[in-house]
Amino acid sequence: MRYVEEFRDPKAAKVLLAEIEKVTNEIGATKEKPVHIMEICGGHTHAIFRYGLDRLTPEGIEFIHGPGCPVCVLPMSRVDECVEIAELENVIFTTFGDAMRVPGTRKSLLQAKADGADIRMVYSPLDALELARRNPDREVVFFGLGFETTTPSTALSIQQAAREGLNNFSIFCNHITVPEPIKALLDDPHMVLDGFVGPGHVSMVIGVHPYDFIAEDYGKPLVVAGFEPLDLLQSVLMVLRQIRDGRAEIENQYARIVPEHGNPVSIAAMADVYQRRPSFEWRGLGEIDASGLRIRDQYKAFDAEEKFGIGYAAGPRNVQEPEGCECGAVMTGRIKPTACPQFGKGCTPEMPLGALMVSSEGACAAYWQYGGRRAVEAAE
Amino acid sequence: MCLGIPGQIVAITDEARMMAMADVSGVKREVSYAPVLTGDPADLVGQYALIHVGFAMALIDEDEAAKTLEALRDLGEAQEELEAMARTEEALQ
Ligand code: SF4
Repeated sequence: MRYVEEFRDPKAAKVLLAEIEKVTNEIGATKEKPVHIMEICGGHTHAIFRYGLDRLTPEGIEFIHGPGCPVCVLPMSRVDECVEIAELENVIFTTFGDAMRVPGTRKSLLQAKADGADIRMVYSPLDALELARRNPDREVVFFGLGFETTTPSTALSIQQAAREGLNNFSIFCNHITVPEPIKALLDDPHMVLDGFVGPGHVSMVIGVHPYDFIAEDYGKPLVVAGFEPLDLLQSVLMVLRQIRDGRAEIENQYARIVPEHGNPVSIAAMADVYQRRPSFEWRGLGEIDASGLRIRDQYKAFDAEEKFGIGYAAGPRNVQEPEGCECGAVMTGRIKPTACPQFGKGCTPEMPLGALMVSSEGACAAYWQYGGRRAVEAAE
Repeated sequence: MCLGIPGQIVAITDEARMMAMADVSGVKREVSYAPVLTGDPADLVGQYALIHVGFAMALIDEDEAAKTLEALRDLGEAQEELEAMARTEEALQ
């Protein structure tokens, strides 16, 4: 458990916490009738638990953990397809380490590697490019995973591969976007959301305006936030003030990193290489309109779906979640991780059953690791 | 993977491919500077950048770099990033 004294700047944290308490009271939010603030990004979920912000802030604030952890929303069927590609003759399959332990129907990538598939954990798609240069007689496939923060890296890598005329390099593109699932959650009549803390590094790429619809069409505030504890506290306060004042605006707490219009080079590369799929499958959330990206025909030589006939190109397939897994309900904030019958029993970070346990950014792993206020309460 | 890590650009290594050597907490790693290039690449040498999966995504000042690194260490994310970088050579064999 963290205390304010452990903060890098405890004085500033105390001032912010006092102000948060005051505004929460002015709103009239209580434990029984809380304001619901969704932190969209898994990095924020991790930070909230790491610093105990859920316990330091008033009980009138309920944090809802959003879908912004790319590993956690990766459906089983995508993992299965990765394994299928990786097990093909002559393929070197490359991926960020984060995806290795996500359970598939048959096996995870880690298990496939143990069974002999040539799977390499790389730090960057640039490493996959280098592997393709060094192994001209092998097919090198990179698993393109993640939101707008990582999407430019694969787009720029494909452009580079095209410039070099590499014909043994392809991307298995499973990139997804942040605004669309937020719209889906706002359209869900069961969701109660009063405001959002937005992912700073996504906005570093796309800017703040893709969120305008949240304020304009749904009348909810969103504050783009950094991931340090003071950033988060300040952002929560900015959201609360908007709620108190009846405002709905998109504000930028992280202006030192986030330009209003994002990163022009990255935006241009994404527009050049990718186009939206009509819809895409999310673990726990189902199909969401226009939420996934595919590689444009112009670059189809670098599209692993085209090359191997695997993936959405071969038609979507829906795979059932494992028995007793409540990932979907946790993901949409309907239940807390501790309410899942598998939590800490059939499902732990060492032996994850659901994806929310795999990454430190997943709500279940964060609950397990840090035992949030509500986890403690539930145990009592 | 999503939070990135700050590093200092120490040399331009391949202008055609827009690659530079970065010093990330003592680990040397080639990164792409394409997203932050606005003028002469040589101007980037000595600057700090937030590096995401091998791409310099935003220029930051030295003080911000230090603070960000400290926060990442606190979250246990810095170690993960550095290990992932260090694994590269092994993966390339
Ligand atoms: S405890 Fe495991 S199975 Fe249950 S919701 Fe969390 S990740 Fe899914």
